[in-house]
Amino acid sequence: METVIDYMPSILRGTLVTIEIALASITLSVLMGLLGAWAKLSPVAAARKLGEAYTTLIRGVPDLVLMLLLFFGGQILLNRVGEATGLWGYVEINQFVAGVLTIGFIFGAYMTETFRGAYLSIPRGQIEAGIACGMDGSLVFRRIVWPQLVRYALPSFGNNWLVLLKTTALVSVLGLQELVYEAFTAGRSQRQLFTFMFVTLVIYLVLTAVSDAGLRWLDRKYSAGVRRA
Amino acid sequence: MAESGGWLQALTEFSETTSPLDFVLIAQHYDLFLQGLMNTVGLVFFSLLIGGALAIPLGIVRAARQPVLNQLVWAYVYVFRGTPLLVQTYLIYYGLGQFEAVRDSFLWPFLREAWWCALIAFTLNTAAYTTEIFRGVIEATPHGEIEAAKACGMSPWTRMRRIVLPSALRRALPAYSNEVIFMLHGSVVASTVTIVDILGAGRTLNAKYYLAFEGFIAAAVIYMLLVYLLSRGFKLWEWKWHAHLRPREIEAVKEPAAAAPKAIGLR
Repeated sequence: METVIDYMPSILRGTLVTIEIALASITLSVLMGLLGAWAKLSPVAAARKLGEAYTTLIRGVPDLVLMLLLFFGGQILLNRVGEATGLWGYVEINQFVAGVLTIGFIFGAYMTETFRGAYLSIPRGQIEAGIACGMDGSLVFRRIVWPQLVRYALPSFGNNWLVLLKTTALVSVLGLQELVYEAFTAGRSQRQLFTFMFVTLVIYLVLTAVSDAGLRWLDRKYSAGVRRA
Repeated sequence: MAESGGWLQALTEFSETTSPLDFVLIAQHYDLFLQGLMNTVGLVFFSLLIGGALAIPLGIVRAARQPVLNQLVWAYVYVFRGTPLLVQTYLIYYGLGQFEAVRDSFLWPFLREAWWCALIAFTLNTAAYTTEIFRGVIEATPHGEIEAAKACGMSPWTRMRRIVLPSALRRALPAYSNEVIFMLHGSVVASTVTIVDILGAGRTLNAKYYLAFEGFIAAAVIYMLLVYLLSRGFKLWEWKWHAHLRPREIEAVKEPAAAAPKAIGLR
């Protein structure tokens, strides 16, 4: 136990990195999700096809495979393109960026389904009524679609967040010094891997519990005015 | 003979120099990927089998709200669903060796092996998720069905076996098919504890030839094929098991269609 206390600063620093990756990638995934849902609901067939291809590809390939591909392959590809076009010099993708990009991209596909489903649950009549009242597209979106989109998307968004938080552990495989990496290094050097992995487990449980509470609060906030059965 | 050799050489040359991916190299290492496929499929299959078998009684306990047992199962499910599979696998594979009692026990020959540790971690993980799926579908059993079974004088055990479980397991199928695909995705964790699964094969190939794409892309394609096969398989299974929910055959469909013009006329 004393050794754990000795290593607590580095473990807490790792936890902070984990939280940073999670927050950065959830932001990216929401953007990708809105974009994806917009593409999948678009009247243009090509956009729908593109959205379909995106979600199918992501759901078919495990996250770690994509992460390694992007981290090792993406860098080489980027530099080859840079060399060929002469637009940029040598670029290095660090583990943080690679992690956030892949996790954001992957969960963007799940968010696409979340937002698409939420949009489809908004009664068509309300949107038509908005147009009938003389609102333009952006006003309809802001006043009618968005508030309800958030409400309907929230349960699935919460699920995605909890899965995403756990997925960040995989970035340790790339060598990013987040929670699992820090705890693993400490545990190996002290020959107490069980103790340190157990501490990691507990920290993840705390993060999950805090998220749960936060999501419940958000749910209460956005379902104001909904009658409960 | 010489001609076919020249043809193969030309293909190899094309693959190595012109093609963006050296597909001949991948093809040459098919045995590596086959080994990976065996490991992945074996781990996923056995963990789902054992985990699913564990989840049925655990789900029943959760649904029955047994005072103490329910809380214990809840805690187990909460821990395994709230933490990354990677950490669970590390805890078992790297962690258990910390204790001398474990190292001296008769289980050590198993617990020393990455494959068995991964199997244990995957099994406990999928059992936790599946328990929650089963709890949900058992609780969703229509009340009337249980009442009817009671009225027929069935004991709780018979009721569970004849009435509740058959329909609950059917209702679990869509959620369970998702869990199977998640498990397949999650199984890549095996490659981080020295197991040569599909991703492990890709990593081995890349490390051996200092490549960035070939191994990972080959792995990605194999995983996609597996997911495709699984989802097709589950669709078929669902079609069979949910036969009672399918729209009735042509006679039933015909009738409303024939009635439709009248309805329009009335309007």
